[in-house]
Amino acid sequence: MNWLQLDAVDVCYGRVQALRQVSLQVEEGEIVALLGNNGAGKSTTLNLISGFVRPSAGSLTWQGQDISRLKPHQLVAQGIVQAPEGRRIFSTMTVHENLLLGGYLVRDPAQIKQRLEQVYDLMPRLRERSGQEGGTLSGGEQQMLAIGRALVSGPRLLLLDEPSMGLAPLLVAQVMRIIAAVNRTGTTVFVVEQNAKAALQIAHRAYVLDTGTVSLSGPAAELAQDPRVVEAYLGGA
Amino acid sequence: MIQVIVNGLSVGAFYALVALGYSMVYGIIKLLNFAHGDIYMLGAYVGFVVLGALTSWLSLPTALGLVLVTLVTMALTGGAGVLLERVAYRPIRHAPRLSLLITAVGLSFALEYGVRQIFGPQPSHFPVQIDAGSVHLFGATITIARIVVILVAAGLMVVLALFVAKTRQGRAMRAIALDAKAARLMGIDVDRTISLVFFIGSALAGAAGVLAGAVYGTIDFLMGFIIGIKAFTAAVIGGIGNLYGAMLGGVALGLLESFGVAWLGGQWRDVFSFLCLILFLTFRPTGILGGRVQERM
Repeated sequence: MNWLQLDAVDVCYGRVQALRQVSLQVEEGEIVALLGNNGAGKSTTLNLISGFVRPSAGSLTWQGQDISRLKPHQLVAQGIVQAPEGRRIFSTMTVHENLLLGGYLVRDPAQIKQRLEQVYDLMPRLRERSGQEGGTLSGGEQQMLAIGRALVSGPRLLLLDEPSMGLAPLLVAQVMRIIAAVNRTGTTVFVVEQNAKAALQIAHRAYVLDTGTVSLSGPAAELAQDPRVVEAYLGGA
Repeated sequence: MIQVIVNGLSVGAFYALVALGYSMVYGIIKLLNFAHGDIYMLGAYVGFVVLGALTSWLSLPTALGLVLVTLVTMALTGGAGVLLERVAYRPIRHAPRLSLLITAVGLSFALEYGVRQIFGPQPSHFPVQIDAGSVHLFGATITIARIVVILVAAGLMVVLALFVAKTRQGRAMRAIALDAKAARLMGIDVDRTISLVFFIGSALAGAAGVLAGAVYGTIDFLMGFIIGIKAFTAAVIGGIGNLYGAMLGGVALGLLESFGVAWLGGQWRDVFSFLCLILFLTFRPTGILGGRVQERM
């Protein structure tokens, strides 16, 4: 059974149709990338999965259950957790407090502590900065914090919105390595990226979104060779 | 001098307790809840009723009775605040800011004249008063009642500050104030947390209302009007949306008034406060502690 399944989903903002007949699925243990240009509907897709917008047609299911009517906090309780575009760190709270907020729904203090340790082990930079205000971190550190914060909730499906945005190439590679490492520990990842090259290096499969519809899909390795992808998203041959 | 300071602190304690609710609500949903002063009035009347009911059932020593009444009143007034948010503000939370503001003003009138309808326009007399006499300190005569007010307010504020700084729910409130969407992504139920903020703010105003009844002896349906505006002034002085700002602003306004009255006479009290409000709104609209505009609560 597919973990996350979108079937012929439409999303409209007023009279503007942002997604048209979008179908995609994510299976347990995968890294799936959603690629596309600005305004293609990538963020809308994540906002849909996180419960901020409702589909006007089609179905959205998680482990076979309809989740299209759940609120954002209920989806987090289901294990569907998003690290949003632009990181959205709580800027005047410390790194430690930001991570604790990630564990808001975790009732067992011992479990929160254990996950904090895991996050700090995965991203030692955050441990060094744990008493510092989130807003004082560099872009790359903030991205790590956004991912770490989502991890403390114990996600079963981690949604990442443009994790490479605004980062220098070296940092992009580092963030991608972290995402791959998170995936190896058993977390399923659905990553939205404009940086197709970086995303295709870690993803198992990918979808390409073009003005609200899925135009291409397949294993990441194949898409990386596909002339249409190379030309449109990988900067030509 | 000591006298003036203690007077200022005790009045400031009232302002601070009411200002906290103003500021917390503003911090979390950016609403100037102009009905908040009337929650204070409602608290006084709730305390009045609870006190009447309690003294007819059991005979407790006055001090213990007052503590019990205050706690029950805080719970009931807090509940009233939650209810008001639920029926009046939540349905229009995403409407233009002006609609919310007008609703708040309407709610204020509804509370005032609703209470007038039930208890009548004449002041009611609080059946119990804190009149344990006074103490002499450095040549000043200070009533016990004022000391009680200051201590109770300080105690409540310490508890609140710890709650907001240290607990999971307190963190959730700060998170929503900073970035509501990100807070939702953490699994925080924003509606429930907003209800909690209204509960706490209204409970504090309720406590202030009971204290006012017990200290001044009479309560009336318009008693929340002036203190509502004063608390708003205090919140602005301290930096609206900022918890410590509300406490600081309340105490500062109380002291300013007290000194103003001592130097110029009682008729200048309100002139003094509103002059402060205007000066702050003109020259430092973010208040004393509101330097960082994004820092809320």
